[in-house]
Amino acid sequence: MSGPEAGRGKRRGRWSHFSAQNVPLLLAFLILAGTVIFYVVLFYASLGRFPGNFELTSTTNSALPLVFATVGQTIVFLCRGIDLSVGGMMDISNSLAAVKMQDGGIGNMVGWSAIILLIGAVGGLLNGLLVAVGRLQPIVVTLATLSIYQGIAIKILPQPGGKIPPGYTAFLTNTSYPSALIFVALLILFWLIFRRTSFGVAIYAIGNDEEAARANGVRTTRTRVGAYVLGGVFAAVAGLFLAATTTGGDATAGDSFTLTSIAAAFLGGTTIFGGRGSALGSIAGAFVLSILISVLFFAGIDPLYQSFYQGLFLILAVVIGTLVGRLVGRKR
Amino acid sequence: MSASDSNSTAPAIEGTEISKTFGAVKALDGASFAARMGEVHGLVGENGAGKSTMIKVLSGVLSPDSGTVRVKGHQMELGNPQVAQASGIRTVFQELSLMSWMTVAENLLLRREPKGFARLLKRRDLAPRAEQVFAELGVENIDPLELVANLTLAQQQIVEIARNVIQDPEILFLDEPTSSLAGREVEWLFGLLDRLREEGRCVIFTSHRWREVERLADRITVFRDGKDVGTHAEIDESQVITLMTGRKVDTAYPEPPPLKEAEPTLEVRGLSGPKLSDLSFVLHKGEILGVGGLEGQGQRELFLTLFGADDLSEGEILVGGELTRIHSPGDAIRAEFGIALIPEDRKSDGLLLPMSVRDNLMLPVMGRYSVGGVIRGGTEKDLVEQMIERLQIRLRSADQAVDTLSGGNQQKTLVGRWLLADSRILLFYDVTRGVDVATKQDIYELMLQLISEGRSILFYSSETEEVAALSHRVLIVREGKLSAALEGPNINTEEMVAAALGEDVRA
Repeated sequence: MSGPEAGRGKRRGRWSHFSAQNVPLLLAFLILAGTVIFYVVLFYASLGRFPGNFELTSTTNSALPLVFATVGQTIVFLCRGIDLSVGGMMDISNSLAAVKMQDGGIGNMVGWSAIILLIGAVGGLLNGLLVAVGRLQPIVVTLATLSIYQGIAIKILPQPGGKIPPGYTAFLTNTSYPSALIFVALLILFWLIFRRTSFGVAIYAIGNDEEAARANGVRTTRTRVGAYVLGGVFAAVAGLFLAATTTGGDATAGDSFTLTSIAAAFLGGTTIFGGRGSALGSIAGAFVLSILISVLFFAGIDPLYQSFYQGLFLILAVVIGTLVGRLVGRKR
Repeated sequence: MSASDSNSTAPAIEGTEISKTFGAVKALDGASFAARMGEVHGLVGENGAGKSTMIKVLSGVLSPDSGTVRVKGHQMELGNPQVAQASGIRTVFQELSLMSWMTVAENLLLRREPKGFARLLKRRDLAPRAEQVFAELGVENIDPLELVANLTLAQQQIVEIARNVIQDPEILFLDEPTSSLAGREVEWLFGLLDRLREEGRCVIFTSHRWREVERLADRITVFRDGKDVGTHAEIDESQVITLMTGRKVDTAYPEPPPLKEAEPTLEVRGLSGPKLSDLSFVLHKGEILGVGGLEGQGQRELFLTLFGADDLSEGEILVGGELTRIHSPGDAIRAEFGIALIPEDRKSDGLLLPMSVRDNLMLPVMGRYSVGGVIRGGTEKDLVEQMIERLQIRLRSADQAVDTLSGGNQQKTLVGRWLLADSRILLFYDVTRGVDVATKQDIYELMLQLISEGRSILFYSSETEEVAALSHRVLIVREGKLSAALEGPNINTEEMVAAALGEDVRA
């Protein structure tokens, strides 16, 4: 019998393992870095100066709704699900905030924020129960609830309008300095802790192999429901940030986030097959998609063709990711 | 007798009169089994005898139709794995339950992770803890930080065993733990199980290798046809074989006509590939060539390779004396080779269940009977009707969906498909599994009809008796190699089982 030292010599180091096992994550940050550089170059070329405080602030603020929506989507992806209702939940959250917070009282803002998060949890609970207990396909369930949530949002705010008090905007997405980066930091902290909870481990285990997870004593039904609840809460948070940046309400403003949150999760290296991926990559992916809009703007591309180039970019990124993944896989 | 006062004398685990059916198949038929603390108990029997089903029932994964399970005299709730685990039962199943995209350490310590501040997982401690576990168990050369997906099958098996052993089980089941292990790893496992016995635990394992059972087991229980047929402390190999095979009463096999001339249709030379090494044989025209051996020795891979579904790494396959290049089932089906696979699981491997009998029959030959991509309706109708008539597929209409047919008629539809494709080499892989007796007879008759037309059949069945009775010759495959070749007319089951169990019997 040999002790642990015997084998250690030929083993690869912790970093070597980490990099080999997290190629998609590292790639997501590489793409982010590339996009930022590209943005800075284009910015300098067209304006003759480097982007500063204002640009950082507005980029962060406009990215935050997608960042939160994508983290929620990622958690659902990790246990082999998908949440199409993200957009509808953001609509509800956004409209409700614009209607109810108008008078600007602090108690009002805090109270309604809490209520909206609770609504997000209830919406996620509905998804989770239908998927995990009702054993229905996630894509069908959340497609239906997307429609339902959109309908509720329209009822709350039939026409764009309402108002978000300036104080609320100043707190969540301050326009004069990039204080919103604090929320990104908090989100990263949340994730690092979440990954170390038994709930987080259980989500990854289910995504790997639900049967095996159950055989290992993971409470699969409960965990899956929990993942959808978290997804709903994150969508509600995303809706609040969206309301804060737009300072008004629109019952359809969240719609596009369903698909962009899926795209950003993919960009961040999370797979739809579950069990692999990270919210850290998703945050990077969401920033890439947001910055890309500015890149296209400075590249002088007609806003009409924006979605065309976004799609092109997504395919390119996924192809590169796959190629790099295969290359690394072959080298080992 | 009340449950509480029986603790000291009661068996560690005891299943009584357990029955379990899957569809038409009786996996367990009133079988009983008991094992004591401090013993290693071997569970042996042919494929499909009910060993795995018994283990699944006793570990709470399957709920039996009837019967009771007692753990140390206490009745256990059935069909609940959590309850079984709480009773101190751990099980290493044949299908491993590892998370491919998590590391070895994460798998090993899943739900038992080292915890630190606020009960949060201490990631830094995972690998050292895993190293420590491996050192205690004498496991070498498995890197705790490696992804399970990157391990060999043997390493995965070791991780799975280790994962269960460190949970301090009172009763440990291992279903075919050695099937993917090599010599040194088997020795490691034996040492580990000896230690568990010394610690007074109860270990129950199944193995298809007699020498392992002989070496390890304190007592042996033999299963046959879903029943227990005896528990023995002292028993030798020939006695076990007699118990395992028994004499089954009501199966009569038609006898294949003797081969007239030996005209080779399929020649395999030095075939190597996944789980196969250096296999060579010849299949003649009009011959049923049986493939025997224990389950999982490479038979499935052999069939898949011949059908082009698996890639061969080395070797040659000749059809009608011509070297072939078969890279996909599409190649194998083509008229010049005419190789067809009739698989065990017709549901997932062969038929498109929601589609009609007509579409299922025509699928591989559509191209041959089409003009500009459109199937010629008249020709199709004739072909399909002829085939239904010839095989006597019982149905209301050719438009009926295949999943509304009985199992036997589904199997006939699949055979009919390959007859339409004019396949001359038919690979029958365990086609009678889960099929009732009457349909089995139909299938046997069909096989004889097919060879009388000059087609050739390569035949594997998990029922040894079937292979022995219907084949002109039998090849025994062991660990991917040809270990023996038996020639008729006097092939019998005992001979086949003996040849499959060990080379020392018929060296």
